[in-house]
Amino acid sequence: MSEILKQLKEAVILGESDQARELAAQALEAGIAPLTAIEEALNPGMQVVGDRFERGEYFIPDLVMAAEAMKGAIGVFEPALMARQEQRQVLGTVVIGTVEGDIHEIGKSLVATMLSAAGFQVHDLGVDVPAGEFIERVRKTGANVVGLSALLTTTMRNQEMVVEALEEAGLREQVLVVIGGAPTNPEWAQTIGADAYAENANEAVSIIRQLLEV
Amino acid sequence: MGDILSRLESDSVIVADGAMGTMLQEAGLPAGMAPEGWLLENPDAVRDVHRAYVEAGADLILTCTFGGTRTRLERSGLADRLTEINRWAVEIAREAAGDKAYVAGDIGPLGEFLAPLGKITYEQAADVFAEQAAALAEAGVDVLYIETMSDLNEVRAAVEGARQAGSGISVFATLSFDAHGRTNMGVRPEQAAETLLALGVDAFGANCGATLEMTEGAIVKMHEAAPQAPLIAKPNAGKPRLVGQEVVYDATPEDMAEYARRFVALGARVVGACCGSTPAHIAAVARAVRG
Repeated sequence: MSEILKQLKEAVILGESDQARELAAQALEAGIAPLTAIEEALNPGMQVVGDRFERGEYFIPDLVMAAEAMKGAIGVFEPALMARQEQRQVLGTVVIGTVEGDIHEIGKSLVATMLSAAGFQVHDLGVDVPAGEFIERVRKTGANVVGLSALLTTTMRNQEMVVEALEEAGLREQVLVVIGGAPTNPEWAQTIGADAYAENANEAVSIIRQLLEV
Repeated sequence: MGDILSRLESDSVIVADGAMGTMLQEAGLPAGMAPEGWLLENPDAVRDVHRAYVEAGADLILTCTFGGTRTRLERSGLADRLTEINRWAVEIAREAAGDKAYVAGDIGPLGEFLAPLGKITYEQAADVFAEQAAALAEAGVDVLYIETMSDLNEVRAAVEGARQAGSGISVFATLSFDAHGRTNMGVRPEQAAETLLALGVDAFGANCGATLEMTEGAIVKMHEAAPQAPLIAKPNAGKPRLVGQEVVYDATPEDMAEYARRFVALGARVVGACCGSTPAHIAAVARAVRG
């Protein structure tokens, strides 16, 4: 791997946005194909970040800074990708939100950020999202993943309502439903007929990738 | 009763209350309604929770204002009632406390990241905290109690805001240790202790937290870093677990009492409980630490 790509990967790992943008520009100048840079520097960089998070060496700020650095570099590569009529591989389309009655934002947004960095197209519906809005957006986007966040024992039941609404709308088969939030757990996912539970943003990315085999 | 600082310096441990949110949910808090909103509509429910804790032996009760900052109230469309909500919460707590318990003005996190991760700057955050703290202080709380924090900068902003609220008002601050023994934002207990000691808060420690063990680990490290400091331990009643459709917290009153004894041995001067706990847990804690 070229020295520039090594440095770019390192910039993502350290969450250095300015440096990541600068190195992305240098990579293009050096004639490195943008897709090569994404696949060989950015993606593996995020992988390292995820591994460190799992091991308790990295925490939420490190995830966010790394995702920002990645986003910065992608922003530099995008015009080049367009010019070459190429695009970054889209791993899937995700509709995500915090369920109705619940206004907790941070966890859900973090999952959206990490999925986006990993290469998913993410439609973030925000907080306090009624079941009908999830359905509508899944229909409109043809999403294959639905992410449902709930932070209260009183609102986690609304995750179940979204699963039921997806079934009624005939969309359940088309989507992977992944849930998360402090009071939820794998048993709750099973109880309400969701496909998986993710403990944190990093796990959300790895579980979705694993289940979609991407 | 004397002022809370003299009490903190005395030999007798202060028993704090237990959960408010999960108790209100049991009492029928409608899904989607902020406890601060319910406070206006159904003050009796909140007062009953406070009373139950005072009867159980709590010396310190926290107002139902965890989400009483502007950033949080805006999300429930209640921002224009900020002063009213915080004042009302203090009055209700005071009625229940009578001359038996201190009233702590509860201040929770903003619910968003501070810059550079989020949009809100440190100065804006300090102003938001100062606004709530002023409302609580004017309503006559005995101490401002900052809790469930994860970000050390946010704690600093909250302490600064609390200090702006009223000259000389006591300030307590606790963080939630959830991830590999640190806060979600990666703050180590010893690092928190050093910072809070330097900030001169009157007591600090750990609340909420992933598990009782993690809170204990945090208290051990805080005590090592600040052996003279009065610590606070107010953990969840274990980790929530689902049984059928019901969410249950595993720690029994006896478990909490056992941990409370350990916390006191480790330097805690204020012990209570957080999510999932009930007056029965606090009664057991009070019996355990009062010998």
